[in-house]
Amino acid sequence: MPKNPDIKKVLVIGSGPIVIGQAAEFDYAGTQACRSLKEEGIEVVLLNSNPATIMTDKDIADEVYIEPLTVEVVEQLILKEKPDSVLPTLGGQAGLNLAMELDERGFFEKTGVKLIGTTSQTIRKAEDRLEFKSTMEKIGEPVAPSLVVENLDDGIAFSNKIGYPVVLRPAYTLGGSGGGIAHNQAELEEILANGLRLSRVGQVLVERCIAGWKEIEYEVMRDSAGNVITVCNMENIDPVGVHTGDSIVVAPSQTLGDKEYQMLRSSALNIISELEITGGCNVQFALHPESFEYCVIEVNPRVSRSSALASKATGYPIAKVSAKIAIGYTLDEIKNAITGQTMASFEPMLDYCVVKMPRLPFDKFISAKRTLTTQMKATGEVMSISDSFEGGLMKAIRSLEQHVDNLLSYDYSHLDRAGLIEQLAVVDDRRIWVIAEAIRQGISEEEIHEITRIDLWFIDKIAILVEMEQALKTQELTVELLKEAKRIEFPDNVIARLSGKTEREIRDLRYANGITASYKMVDTCAAEFAAQTPYYYSVFGSENEALDTKDRKKVLVLGSGPIRIGQGIEFDFCSVHCTWAFAKEGYETIIINNNPETVSTDFDIADKLYFEPLTPEDVESIVNLEKPDGAVVQFGGQTAIKLTEALMKMGVPILGTSAENVDAAEDRELFDGILEECHIPRPKGDTVYTAEEAKAVANRLGYPVLVRPSYVLGGQGMQIAINDKDVEEFIGIINRIAQDHPILVDKYLQGKEIEVDAVCDGEDILIPGIMEHIERAGIHSGDSISVYPAKSISEGVKATIEEYTKRLARSLHVIGLINIQFIAVGEEVYVIEVNPRSSRTVPYISKVTGIPIVPLATKVILGQKIRELGYTPGLQPEADYYAIKMPVFSFEKIRDADISLGPEMKSTGECLGIAKTFNEALYKAFLGAGVRLPKYHNMIMTIRDEDKEEAVEIAKRFEALGYNIFATKGTARALMEADVQVRMTRKIEQESPNIQDLILGHQIDLVIDTPSQGVEHSRDGFIIRRNAIETGVNVLTAIDTAKALVTSLEDTDHGNLTLINIAEI
Amino acid sequence: MKAFLILEDGHVFAGTSIGSTREAVSEIVFNTSMTGYLEVLTDPSYSGQAVVMTYPLIGNYGICYEDMESDRPWVDGYIVRELSRIPSNFRSEDTIQHFLEKYDIPGICGIDTRALTKILRESGTMNGMITTNENYQMDEVMEKLKAYHTGDEVSKVSCREKYVLPGDGYRVALLDIGAKRNIARSLNQRGCEVTVYPSSTSAEEIIAAQPDGIMLSNGPGDPKANEAVIREIRKLYETDIPIFAICLGHQLMALATGADTFKLKYGHRGGNHPVRDMENGRVYISSQNHGYAVDTASLDPDIAVPAFENVNDGTNEGLRYVGKNIFTVQYHPEACPGPQDSAYLFDRFLKMMEVKKHA
Repeated sequence: MPKNPDIKKVLVIGSGPIVIGQAAEFDYAGTQACRSLKEEGIEVVLLNSNPATIMTDKDIADEVYIEPLTVEVVEQLILKEKPDSVLPTLGGQAGLNLAMELDERGFFEKTGVKLIGTTSQTIRKAEDRLEFKSTMEKIGEPVAPSLVVENLDDGIAFSNKIGYPVVLRPAYTLGGSGGGIAHNQAELEEILANGLRLSRVGQVLVERCIAGWKEIEYEVMRDSAGNVITVCNMENIDPVGVHTGDSIVVAPSQTLGDKEYQMLRSSALNIISELEITGGCNVQFALHPESFEYCVIEVNPRVSRSSALASKATGYPIAKVSAKIAIGYTLDEIKNAITGQTMASFEPMLDYCVVKMPRLPFDKFISAKRTLTTQMKATGEVMSISDSFEGGLMKAIRSLEQHVDNLLSYDYSHLDRAGLIEQLAVVDDRRIWVIAEAIRQGISEEEIHEITRIDLWFIDKIAILVEMEQALKTQELTVELLKEAKRIEFPDNVIARLSGKTEREIRDLRYANGITASYKMVDTCAAEFAAQTPYYYSVFGSENEALDTKDRKKVLVLGSGPIRIGQGIEFDFCSVHCTWAFAKEGYETIIINNNPETVSTDFDIADKLYFEPLTPEDVESIVNLEKPDGAVVQFGGQTAIKLTEALMKMGVPILGTSAENVDAAEDRELFDGILEECHIPRPKGDTVYTAEEAKAVANRLGYPVLVRPSYVLGGQGMQIAINDKDVEEFIGIINRIAQDHPILVDKYLQGKEIEVDAVCDGEDILIPGIMEHIERAGIHSGDSISVYPAKSISEGVKATIEEYTKRLARSLHVIGLINIQFIAVGEEVYVIEVNPRSSRTVPYISKVTGIPIVPLATKVILGQKIRELGYTPGLQPEADYYAIKMPVFSFEKIRDADISLGPEMKSTGECLGIAKTFNEALYKAFLGAGVRLPKYHNMIMTIRDEDKEEAVEIAKRFEALGYNIFATKGTARALMEADVQVRMTRKIEQESPNIQDLILGHQIDLVIDTPSQGVEHSRDGFIIRRNAIETGVNVLTAIDTAKALVTSLEDTDHGNLTLINIAEI
Repeated sequence: MKAFLILEDGHVFAGTSIGSTREAVSEIVFNTSMTGYLEVLTDPSYSGQAVVMTYPLIGNYGICYEDMESDRPWVDGYIVRELSRIPSNFRSEDTIQHFLEKYDIPGICGIDTRALTKILRESGTMNGMITTNENYQMDEVMEKLKAYHTGDEVSKVSCREKYVLPGDGYRVALLDIGAKRNIARSLNQRGCEVTVYPSSTSAEEIIAAQPDGIMLSNGPGDPKANEAVIREIRKLYETDIPIFAICLGHQLMALATGADTFKLKYGHRGGNHPVRDMENGRVYISSQNHGYAVDTASLDPDIAVPAFENVNDGTNEGLRYVGKNIFTVQYHPEACPGPQDSAYLFDRFLKMMEVKKHA
């Protein structure tokens, strides 16, 4: 069937801010889909609240709205833009839920707008637990015995009937939030009560526990003619019980025979046919490890994280094909873009092995439980491709960007046999390292399998890696042994460590014997057809097939690796735009990256894509082959910056700001020299290595001081210390990870935090705009609310900032981007941080000022001047609207994580509020972040002494909005003295009813809890904040945020927001 | 032990010997299935060929003897990237290493199977030798390679005696010209009584048994090498007994009715090939294993018309015979290995027998 001619203008709904369970994969899918629709001549209206995405570019969609994802906004937008259709299956669960709500309200029927991609009946059949179960029963597909319950009593009765343990899955939540496994009634009551609250429809599925079964997924597609195909199947190494997003996953399945493979494939196709899905769909199965018994766990009638992974694992562009199907095409009418000669109606065949590993945020949440459950915790993931599983696993490990590069990286050698057996039973992110140690200590593979339920095949592969460690340690390093070690992807530095040689010696031995990486192509068809898309992975001991290209100048663009806190989707935005800009200038572009969720690893972004770890050795192998004319590191965040030195040693010119100048910004002494030269003040401070030195410096400067390691991202390890004890504790934490670089101790200044991104061509600078943080200094810039244009600083301060930026950019010889953070104390401006590279705020400020910063910076890197490019240098005129970037957190997903904000970044994503007035922009930003107030008009305040004065004013304003304020003793007294009506509540350790009961009573809109400075040793505040977060109550831990929230609630017509088309800016 | 794969065009791959260490000269073909290695090994259609598996990790789930598609492996040689050190599956009874040794199948592992596949794709299917002789003489090897032709593979793989798989439904005569077990099983599961005949059986004998339907199986080799069988099939065509044919059976029926077949450059072997039902436009993913195809240009439209085509290269995948109760497909509705999406064709065959019976 050809394209449906009635579809002319389509609204695509994105997935909103990056949160755990909904990450960059939807930007990838959405971007691909929008491009796919546009190439068909369809006008695309895009709605997404996330300004860091590529899909919200005016190059990707025709009309772009970065507005909160609420039903009201979608309705208003549809009435304004009048699309004929809405495509909701590309925006993850958020988009799907919105479409369902609109459908339930009868909005589509009333306006005649069509849902394309998948009908609301289909979505309901797949998503509603009850309907799903009856649909499966109808077609004879087994599901685990289960019951949908809407109250505790039914859940208890059913669980007693089917027996513990039981799995709980709330309906309509993302990343499985609120779910879990209950082993007894007490656990059931806790988890179930929570799940019922979090579910959009107040339903939770109670199900027979199939933990320990194999978890297998199929990505399937169907078109409107009923043609069905399987794109890929995947096997989770971690058996059922760990969310697939937190599992190590391999594609294709490794331990299934053809009978099992085809049985589940047929089942998946039966399901997609019965549900009448048009587009992509993910089906998850549990397969009994010792029989053919299986059950369907879940069906996602949309693109998903798994479909992004399947697309990258196979080369099959699921989102692109889904979009084409949505507008009427059938699979056999859509070209397979990889081969260029076959059609989309085939099944990809892999001739390699793909391994995905989750990137978990426990480095940021030190207090959090590391255990993995059915609730996803990973912020991102890495993927690797190899011709063996061992190679795939080794490559994935070193792609994680968490100081690991082999199976010895976490040391469990202190555990004895009994300790290891105990540890093996713990399901956490380090389990494969425990398994490796268990093998080293002689625990049998069978015993490990019995405890972990991980298939023996995978355990034996880990054993092969452990045996290689032993061989390298104990045997002479022959060429044969080295070849074998490289075949299973042991990096040179690990071989060196194990064999007692230097990395240099290993490298020389390799080169002398021709043991070098060669590259194979991902072609969707196992080499059956010639492919046109150069998408490569490395192997050792095979023939190279990467195309030898020489006709154009080549540029290497280094990606940013897995999405993690502090290094989000923003850097993918920058990498992709830089790649496009280089292509426009006539360069051949080469991307290296390992994140399957991103746009940058889509097969048609760069001329060549190398899906590889971003380590010096892996990059060098590619450099040896491609011999690029230059590399750009300033767009890939810290991951790319860290490779600068290695690239220079390889003889690759760094395009843009030179490595020495990047160093100068990071090296304390060099940087101090530059500041002095430029006559720019900075908070006083010093570099230290030990706690003693740190204390001496701190006492000299006077507390409070800021303590942080140099060369980090996202403020990792950064803390405010108010006394010697804090300093000791922080230095201890920082030194847990071996440091090559010193630790910085600075005087902490309390003032307005200001941030600029600027393009510098060596002479002139261009500042698109000045951003001001709402929270005062001390809270990480990534966790602060950012306001453009800066609202509360004087013209004089602005001029100083412009001048300082110019001086710094010039003296650091910046060619390209620079990001500077300032503190303004009155009219005084101090520099606190300079990053001669792209930053987190670049996509946001580009979009709200309409200045394409990354393409501009790229042109500048290539030698063009700002003036030649049609811009007047300096600070650009301010916009006549406010654009506010709001951080978004995923605290509810991470048990035991402390949510209080500080110098260490904790947010996972961001959203935008843009409006003519400051208050409306703020309101939209809060709304986009999920803060929908008022509801019950009840709030709790527990305020530290320093903030009490400001708290009074805030309390009065909330009171004026009709809020009842509850407070504990100290806060209550302060408020009462200022004539605020306040209800006193007991502290947590006092008898019921106390503050905890109040929170658990679910009538509270908001908790404002500002923890005391320094290390917080009180458990009280922590428990209050966790309780509130886990019961879905909004919690603010900074007084400035609270002020902003109350401001946003004043003077805004919440029913009638003004929608701004970013494409017209 | 070291082993070498030497191709007719002079390429040599050095690897490690697996299975038997005896020398094998054969036609080298590649299969892209990611599962089902045992089914491939025991598919009689591979008689006269050595198979390269493009999927690099083979043997992961061991050997489950009940999955064999005939009573022994038929490949002349087996070429893989890596054999799993341990098998892991609840049904596994043996390792693939031992299986290859037990049946004396020579093979090679540890070679760049993707590079080999690309050679076969670019230059077309060619002959090759697997040897463990490190001192092989290239000119002698070449002589052997040039001389090799697949022979009368069908009589090699067909059953020696006819036998009956009981059932209480339709009575089907299955002409075994290299049949995979799942053809008979698929019919048997639908209640059919299946009588399996050796390839040398005369048409008269089959017709005399008055079956409700005749099934022509898959099989190995060049279809034109089966002149005697083709003559018997012509006689079957002349009857009004419903006939369903798969793969080689499909080609032989075409040859028997005046059409021609040709050799594909490198064939279709795998579980991912899209075929289009030309009547309604529906596309099915199929299991395929063939090196020859029916030339649609040679078809007499009064005798047979294309019913299915390959979506990738447009080659013929099935024929409907005009005015006859006959339909034939190039691909494998019996799957094993591969997708089961076309199993409905057996139901269609049953329907034909039903219509005929009640006519």
